[in-house]
Amino acid sequence: MFYSRASIHTPFSFKERFFSIDFTLLFSVLILGVISIFAQFSSSGGNFDYFAKSHAIRFGVFFIFFILISFINIRFWNDYSLLIYASLVILLILTKFFGVQSQGSRRWLNLFVFNLQPSEIMKIGIILFLSNYYHKISTNDVNKLKYLLFPLFAMTIPFLLVVTQPDLGTAILIFFSGAIITWLAGVRWKIFAYLTGLLIILAPIAISFLKPYQKSRILTFLNPDADPLGAGYQIIQSKIAVGSGGLTGKGFLNGSQAYLNYLPEKHTDFIFTLFSEEFGFMGSALIILLYAIIIYRITRIGMLTRSIFAKLYCFGFASAFFVFVAVNMAMVLGLLPIVGAPLPILSYGGSSMLAIMLGLGIAMSCNIYKNTTI
Amino acid sequence: MLSFNSSNIVSKTRTIGRRMFLVSSFKAIVVVGILGRLAALQINQFQKYSGLSDKNRFRETQIAPPRGIIQDYFGKEIASNEKIYQLHITPEDVPNIDTLFFKLKNIINLTEEKVFLLKRRMAKQKRWDTLIIADNLTWSEFSRVNLFLHELSGLRPVVSIARVYSDNASAHVVGYVSEVTPRDLKNKTYLQDLRIKEVAVGKTGLESLYDQQMFGTPGYLRFEVNAYGKKIKQVSTNNGEKGKTYRTTLDQDIQVHAADLIKDVSGAVCVMDIYNGDIVSMVSSPAFNPNAFVHGIDEQNWKDLISHRDKPLLNKAISGLYPPGSTIKTLTALCALENDVFTTKLNVECTGYIELYGERFHCWKKEGHGMVNMRKGIKHSCDVYFYEVARRLGIDRLAVTAKKFGLGEKVLKGFAEEKAGVVPGTKWKLNQLGKNWYLGETLHSGIGQGYFLTTPLQLCLMTAQIANGGYKLNPRIVINDDEDKNPLLDFFKFRNENPNDSASIDDQLKRFNLEPLFRNQENINFIKESMFAASNEPGGTSYGSRHNDKKFIFAGKTGSSQIKRFTQEQREAEVKQSDIDYLERDHAWFVAFAPYQDPKYAISVLVEHGGSGSSAAAPIAKQVIQKVIERDEVRKAFISQLGEEV
Repeated sequence: MFYSRASIHTPFSFKERFFSIDFTLLFSVLILGVISIFAQFSSSGGNFDYFAKSHAIRFGVFFIFFILISFINIRFWNDYSLLIYASLVILLILTKFFGVQSQGSRRWLNLFVFNLQPSEIMKIGIILFLSNYYHKISTNDVNKLKYLLFPLFAMTIPFLLVVTQPDLGTAILIFFSGAIITWLAGVRWKIFAYLTGLLIILAPIAISFLKPYQKSRILTFLNPDADPLGAGYQIIQSKIAVGSGGLTGKGFLNGSQAYLNYLPEKHTDFIFTLFSEEFGFMGSALIILLYAIIIYRITRIGMLTRSIFAKLYCFGFASAFFVFVAVNMAMVLGLLPIVGAPLPILSYGGSSMLAIMLGLGIAMSCNIYKNTTI
Repeated sequence: MLSFNSSNIVSKTRTIGRRMFLVSSFKAIVVVGILGRLAALQINQFQKYSGLSDKNRFRETQIAPPRGIIQDYFGKEIASNEKIYQLHITPEDVPNIDTLFFKLKNIINLTEEKVFLLKRRMAKQKRWDTLIIADNLTWSEFSRVNLFLHELSGLRPVVSIARVYSDNASAHVVGYVSEVTPRDLKNKTYLQDLRIKEVAVGKTGLESLYDQQMFGTPGYLRFEVNAYGKKIKQVSTNNGEKGKTYRTTLDQDIQVHAADLIKDVSGAVCVMDIYNGDIVSMVSSPAFNPNAFVHGIDEQNWKDLISHRDKPLLNKAISGLYPPGSTIKTLTALCALENDVFTTKLNVECTGYIELYGERFHCWKKEGHGMVNMRKGIKHSCDVYFYEVARRLGIDRLAVTAKKFGLGEKVLKGFAEEKAGVVPGTKWKLNQLGKNWYLGETLHSGIGQGYFLTTPLQLCLMTAQIANGGYKLNPRIVINDDEDKNPLLDFFKFRNENPNDSASIDDQLKRFNLEPLFRNQENINFIKESMFAASNEPGGTSYGSRHNDKKFIFAGKTGSSQIKRFTQEQREAEVKQSDIDYLERDHAWFVAFAPYQDPKYAISVLVEHGGSGSSAAAPIAKQVIQKVIERDEVRKAFISQLGEEV
């Protein structure tokens, strides 16, 4: 107690703060980032100018951004979480009306310098906001109806805004990120069970609202061979690519499935497939190991940090990060339907990269300010 | 902000910690699951997915191998391959297809109709797939295209190979090749996994019989293709295997000569080596141009061919069925002698006809031949004499002899178009027509009319087997290197080298494991002698066509097969064959062997609706025989050069 009290009032020196950086986490992210540049280089057929160049620039910029954010006091994120959440909701509403239309959906907001996808940032925003919310309320209130409805409401608003863009994958991930926090905060098993039950009952109704392409994706997932040249094509070709990679892979820039255009969306959702084809089981296992290290380090920060907000945030972010990775991998390996979820860091995409780096930065700041109480 | 008491923080921390532990355990399970899935795909099922990936990646284009060549006896190419000039187009590379066709029309012969068909075909295929615009350009067209090539982007002049036939004489026996039809795909299983569009397959004759062997093994070009099927790069090539070359027993010189002799009539000529059964010549008339089929025959040409009165596409030598007429008398006589029904000395009086149960059977000579013995009967081809022979012999004994000499069954193995013909008998009639045999029909059969049906090649074989002294031949048209040795040749060689061997012929034959077609060879010799008389003694049926040069002297038998029996009125009015409708005139036959002193070849000539054998068929035979005997020296010289045995 004494130590904490003292540390609240003791301003860190820059040197102290710098050496409180979790270097294992930092280097894991850096290694993954370098790998991602090579993967993007391969995804554009061995051409640096296409995806690899802008991906490298983005990674470079956002990696610095990640380090800078790390030095912002954790209290700042706690204080402004509601504001951040509210701003993101407003951005989502703006996207609804002024968003850039592409391939039948409105997901991007033209900010002149670049196109921002607010739904990606919302994945982090909801974690921040709910961590702050559960930090404030008492343990006894967590399971009270009033305190249950509010987080549900906070999750449902962005969910509805994103699902109608339409972007089912991101909407589910946002909802999931929020749900993890409520779970960690101690909401009863029963309530999750009831909600799941309700979801199963409502599922057929929800499915009737789905777009035809979304329906066909779900049906395709259940039986990809039914229509191998149509909707099942992506899953089948992805499995062929991964499977033909074997133990050691076909070699860098030699992934014939990717190179000959059999692989769809190979620079975004299917980047893991491409990597897996070229580097085989060994390469894929290395990627999984790096992700595991990142998730473990964030979880470890959560355990070391003192404040409930920081704990909830780190555990929540680690779990969300895990879900992003797992959903993407399960998807390209044919274990889940194709819903359109990027793989953190590896996939091409500015907003996704920004969101992940922002999330990592806040987690890192939890480490630097781990003794700060809020 | 420090409004919460520390117990609240502690309990919250505990809850969060507990729940995080559960979440982490769940994560570990999921990671194991994903790793397991990866291992399953990449390690366990690697073979399966690797195969699927290669299947995605590679496409093979087959290359047609050069077709095997058909040669004559001397190695001269009857059917070979020639360079052809083609024009290919890749629609993807053409800026404006209409402009291109417009320009092309000024350079090569390209009809509006053809352009329409090409465009329709182009619409059906991928834009980068090649299409053949012109299959067989002349050299001048080809060079003009090359001259203007810079204005015709997307167009590619290609030198390819295609079948070419040296002349029309062997068109029937060699056959022709043409485009693959659905029926070919059904019948020829080796074509089913073939993926070459512009390939020609044998339709008739040797081209059809040895199609698979002559086709060879297709090669391939293996390409890497992208997901849209576009070729990225060539990975490997295999030129396949050239088709097998076949040397035939035919002599192209004789083929051309014989075809020229019968070009104005409808008929066939067959020539056979009487010792080894080699078919030296086999022509049918009218001939057709087999080259017309190679690049797809045009409609008018095809219509003309199939509606022609004389059926040019039919190989009359093996597919034409005709009653043998008087040529069968050699067998009738032989059969009678072998069965001891008749002796050579026995006389029959010919008064121009005989009567049987009130029905008159006429001799071709109205006034009759007077007293006729067997030699005279064959020489003059007296019908009444052979009515009597047949009457005493009965049809079934005649049928046995006829079958022994190769009638009623296919001569060559494998020719789809060959017909077996008919050797009638009492059982045959009961089975086929469900009726009993009448004695009158025996009389007709004895002179080769009625139900008897033979091909020219069968009669040639029959004659050859009489000429060689009564030994069974296995005729062949293709020289097969790995063919079993012919014991008959060994036998003849032995006889030549040991003319004074004390053993009887039967013992000698037994030694070579051969079965003779005779009971007594004297009977065969008697028939040969009688045929000599028919050709070389005054009054003989083919005396007018005899050769005076000893080298060419032949012994033959004329024949005419009736299409329609003369009525009594016609007979009394002495109507000539030339006076009746062409299609009702008799077919003219002539069979012979030569040279008489030392027989080497047997020949059969058929002239459809030619009237009588002596006037229509024998003169043709005379000239063919001369050519064949002249060519015999070349043939012998060629054999000794090859070191082959006679």
